[in-house]
Amino acid sequence: MKKLMIGNEGVARGMYEAGMKFISSYPGTPSTEITEFASKFDEIYSEWAPNEKVACESAFGASLRGVRAACAMKHVGLNVAADPLFTLSYTGVNGGLVICVADDPAMHSSQNEQDSRHYAIASKIPMLEPSDSQEAKDFTKLAFDLSEEYDTPVLLRMCTRISHSQSIVELGERKEIPVPAYERDPKKFIMTPANAIVRHPIVEERTKKFIEFAEKTPINRVDEGGKDIGIICAGTCYQYVKEVLGDSVSVLKLGMVNPLPIQKIKGFAATVKRLIVVEELDGVIETHCKCLGLEVEGKNLFSPLGEYNQETIREVFNKEIEKLDVKLPEIPVRPPVMCAGCPHRGLYYELVKNKVTVLGDIGCYTLGAAPPLNALDSTLCMGASVSGLHGFNKAGGEETESKSACVIGDSTFMHSGITGLVNVAYNGSNSTVIVLDNSITGMTGHQQNPLTGYNIKGDPAGKVDLEALCKAIGINRVTVVDPYDLKACGKAIKEEIAAKEPSVIISRRPCVLLKYVKANPPLKVNEDKCVGCRSCMKLGCPAISIRDDKAVIDNTLCVGCEVCSQLCGPKAIEKEAE
Amino acid sequence: MKTTNVMIVGVGGQGSLLASKILGRLLVDEGFDVKVSEVHGMSQRGGSVVTYVRFGDKVYSPVIVDGEADVIVSFEKLEAARYIKCLRKDGRIIVNSQQIDPMPVITGAAEYPEDVLEVIKKAGVQVDDIDALELARQAGSVKAVNIVLMGRLAKYFDISYDKWLEAVEKCVDPKFLEMNKKAFDIGYNS
Repeated sequence: MKKLMIGNEGVARGMYEAGMKFISSYPGTPSTEITEFASKFDEIYSEWAPNEKVACESAFGASLRGVRAACAMKHVGLNVAADPLFTLSYTGVNGGLVICVADDPAMHSSQNEQDSRHYAIASKIPMLEPSDSQEAKDFTKLAFDLSEEYDTPVLLRMCTRISHSQSIVELGERKEIPVPAYERDPKKFIMTPANAIVRHPIVEERTKKFIEFAEKTPINRVDEGGKDIGIICAGTCYQYVKEVLGDSVSVLKLGMVNPLPIQKIKGFAATVKRLIVVEELDGVIETHCKCLGLEVEGKNLFSPLGEYNQETIREVFNKEIEKLDVKLPEIPVRPPVMCAGCPHRGLYYELVKNKVTVLGDIGCYTLGAAPPLNALDSTLCMGASVSGLHGFNKAGGEETESKSACVIGDSTFMHSGITGLVNVAYNGSNSTVIVLDNSITGMTGHQQNPLTGYNIKGDPAGKVDLEALCKAIGINRVTVVDPYDLKACGKAIKEEIAAKEPSVIISRRPCVLLKYVKANPPLKVNEDKCVGCRSCMKLGCPAISIRDDKAVIDNTLCVGCEVCSQLCGPKAIEKEAE
Repeated sequence: MKTTNVMIVGVGGQGSLLASKILGRLLVDEGFDVKVSEVHGMSQRGGSVVTYVRFGDKVYSPVIVDGEADVIVSFEKLEAARYIKCLRKDGRIIVNSQQIDPMPVITGAAEYPEDVLEVIKKAGVQVDDIDALELARQAGSVKAVNIVLMGRLAKYFDISYDKWLEAVEKCVDPKFLEMNKKAFDIGYNS
């Protein structure tokens, strides 16, 4: 049976067919759907872990017990999971272990465009890279086989275009893998120096064996074509090269991007007049070719920035197509915005009104950095708002402590905000940490987390008591506010940043996009009362605009949160029924 | 057969994902090689969204670049202007004449260019502009804008009305099937 599916679903299907029994992940665009699709199979135990390190270590545990296991994350998630990754290379596996990592060239939804292939090289772990959904499925299955045959975790590298593009996949049957009895193997799994020193040469030998594999595996293949130009590529770049150049060039398509073959590349280079590597982000394959002493081109022609497409190839090979010539006025950008009725908006409004310096974090609420709120001073990585604020206040002393705060979402707080808060309490900075608790992981499309009380399948699960957790850490001042109540938010912010001890404000209201959240009737503007003062426009609500100097509310967007009506001096914003 | 390129553009939340699902399903059932590509994530939050649908004997790239689109279906006027550069010289654009102000327009930092469709028409582009919001309302729900526009797109395809309807049936929530069938028909025949 054939089915059109995104690359991430292809990976999940591959996991299912490979007899995998366990997946633990933390959501992150563009990797999230791998785990969401895997969770639809009853044969696979699936979960959202608090962060990628926990997910990777849980998958390790499942492998130790002898079942095929996986974890999936975005590229920056692998930074968090890097600690177990490097030593997993030494221990190897019992059941096959696959670590999926999805890069985001062009930063569609990320804070940097790091190239995960460097992790494969640095940790000496083999890495496969599919170029469509069929390969996503096939390579996932191969990754499990290789993992067990060579006793190593295997990295599967995805990127936004492969993860989120649908192509046709031929479905296969699931093959159940018997689970062996558990047997202790301390020399392999207890990585004390005495044991690890014995494992390291095994890793080096394994890499040599993988290079031999890379020489003969059919996933590293040559598409014969013209001999004037030979192109080496992998993943999505293969599609762009074939689209534009077809059979006019010869192509060495690499399905395995670490380790790279030696003889295969040298042999291919010998058959062509000009050798070019086409790879997004860093010149990893190109550097390898240069180490082999080959005359090769790559980053002299192609940028290390952003995503490629067929136009990138056309420009370099002078094959540009005719384009439409329409002279248009400047088109305003349409950036993503916080939704109408977003609970973060009211809290942000009060922070801005009180001129608070705000260190931000990763999530929907990062959108508070955009005009007209311009609420944030920094956004670095998951959890950095809390630890960053601590350092900011230790360096700034009383001068900054009385006018600063940080904001972090519920899921991000669980991911890596807790340890920062421990540092605030332990080393005593008078910092105010605001947890924006909208009871869901929002930006990645509504995943459950340890604060929601539900698991990946939507069934009731353990629920962390946030107030009790903060108190146990040593924070005595913990206040809960409703972000739709501007007065209460303003009061809490003023009191807590003035306090001479660490404090936490929990701004709690569920995301308006959650199915169980019922919208109120839309509000409307009484034109006779509206004086066109634009106070309501300071909120940046997409439902409110100005027409003929009067505010207008779009009744298809408004959910009746009444934050704007609290700002309206002449009380012109009214409930529809009145 | 040469690869055919269809782009669906709009604003996050307008339902372009379902539209591309219907089109993808139809084309797979017709036996084509198909690729459908969209970017999830930040774009869901009211940002500009674009979906690429490509089909033919063998499709390589999952994306469509400037000058390549045979048809663009735009769910909003400004988005039609934003992506018109992707249309090939004798391509066609179907536009929902609805206006949704982006944040820079709402805050007053930019103006919504009113006459974009006129400019595009004057440049010789085949423009089919319809008030899909009003037509969806007639069908029974303002949320059916996507199905109205798919009905309109079907007019320009060499695939039968019934086959299209089958694909709609396979993809929409059965609870809203009758309304969606009506929306498709209105889009096709208006």
